[in-house]
Amino acid sequence: MSFLAIVLLVVRKDLVVEFRNREIVYTTLFFAVSTLLVFSFSFVHEGRAVEDAAAGILWVAIAFSGTLALGRAFERERQNETLRGLLMAPVARTALYVGKLAGILLLLLAVEAVVVPMVGLMFQAPLFRYPLTLISLLVSGTIGFAAVGTLFAAMLVRTRSRDVLLPVLLYPITVPVIIAGVRGTAALFQVDADLPMARAWLSMLVFFDAVFVTLALWTFEAVMTE
Amino acid sequence: MDFTSLSFTDVTRNFGRRRALNRVSFRLETGEIVGLLGPNGAGKSTLLSIAATLLEPSSGSIAYGGQPRADWLRGRIGLLGHDLYLYPELSAAENLAFFARLHGLPDVERRVSSALERAQLVDRRDDQVVGFSRGMRQRLALERALLHDPRLVLLDEPFTGLDDGSSAMLVQRLQELRSKQCLVLVATHDLEVIEPIITRALLLRQGKLAPIPPGAGSLRERYRRTSV
Repeated sequence: MSFLAIVLLVVRKDLVVEFRNREIVYTTLFFAVSTLLVFSFSFVHEGRAVEDAAAGILWVAIAFSGTLALGRAFERERQNETLRGLLMAPVARTALYVGKLAGILLLLLAVEAVVVPMVGLMFQAPLFRYPLTLISLLVSGTIGFAAVGTLFAAMLVRTRSRDVLLPVLLYPITVPVIIAGVRGTAALFQVDADLPMARAWLSMLVFFDAVFVTLALWTFEAVMTE
Repeated sequence: MDFTSLSFTDVTRNFGRRRALNRVSFRLETGEIVGLLGPNGAGKSTLLSIAATLLEPSSGSIAYGGQPRADWLRGRIGLLGHDLYLYPELSAAENLAFFARLHGLPDVERRVSSALERAQLVDRRDDQVVGFSRGMRQRLALERALLHDPRLVLLDEPFTGLDDGSSAMLVQRLQELRSKQCLVLVATHDLEVIEPIITRALLLRQGKLAPIPPGAGSLRERYRRTSV
């Protein structure tokens, strides 16, 4: 079975499971929207948002809700030890990793499809000024965050204190991704948008993605062998 | 060429400071059904996980017909764990089809149908597993583990949750596996059920293989004598 076929099989399975109970999308979305609401009470005064706040708030919502989604996605595989069922298959374990990563990415992008317009509404962020660059920043930032997160969530799946350890390990490693995402998005959201600066941060995000995905693929097999 | 034996040589496995297996050596040949006995925490599941390539031993070696552990072996091993490796949100047929495709098996629909028939779940094929009883899940999980016609079959407490009829069917299934020249290792506490079909039994106690006293009496009686 080809690498791509395994990836698609795992993604399809994850999406069917999620579609049937909608647990990750609902909890992640609820958490992200709650975060935006809380921040809007602090950073919006008399209908005007504090300058530069929108980008930071957007990425905080993505990072926090993403951590929730990552933990839950692997908790599912732990509950009935289905992860062991996956690992018993005679397939490249890296394909299993890419499949899990792609599934989480799709769920996070679905959440962002709701959260980003809300940021635009609540914080008067100019979403449509450079939409393609904004989408590229969001997608590449989410890939970098999810690539590390998927590896760590898989690694911690049999650890008793995994819920605490996941953010403790994940945030320090993904700080460069979150900073690049915030600065790139802020460059687009500011009054005089700085497109070259946004593109520079986007290039950095693509670089981080390449590094993180490569490292994750390289270490996944070893991490999964107890 | 498929392997015809499984050998453990001085296999030790530590979890931190705890020694789960201590210099375990045995050999399993094709056509054998070997019972793996022992109290809770004796190391039975650890031994099965190592044989299934899911765990690495801390020391010692495992050979599959003279060949070392390798990735391709996973396609020749069927493992039924204490947890059943089934997705509760998927239906019985979807679970089987997913694992069949993951193993790259041809003719998935036919295999799924015949597995559901053997598990006596044809009428529940499209029901989500979350609504199944433990016994139904156990039967489905067994068929999932055997879907790819494995050479080495590792079963951890396969009789859990099964009624008398289902237990009898499992015994018959194990006999079929023996006639197919599979290597079968069954960790169980259901000694009365397993005794008529096993070739021999291995007893694990605190991670070490211990002798089962020979002589008269049922396997249960002889096993009890070891714990006195």
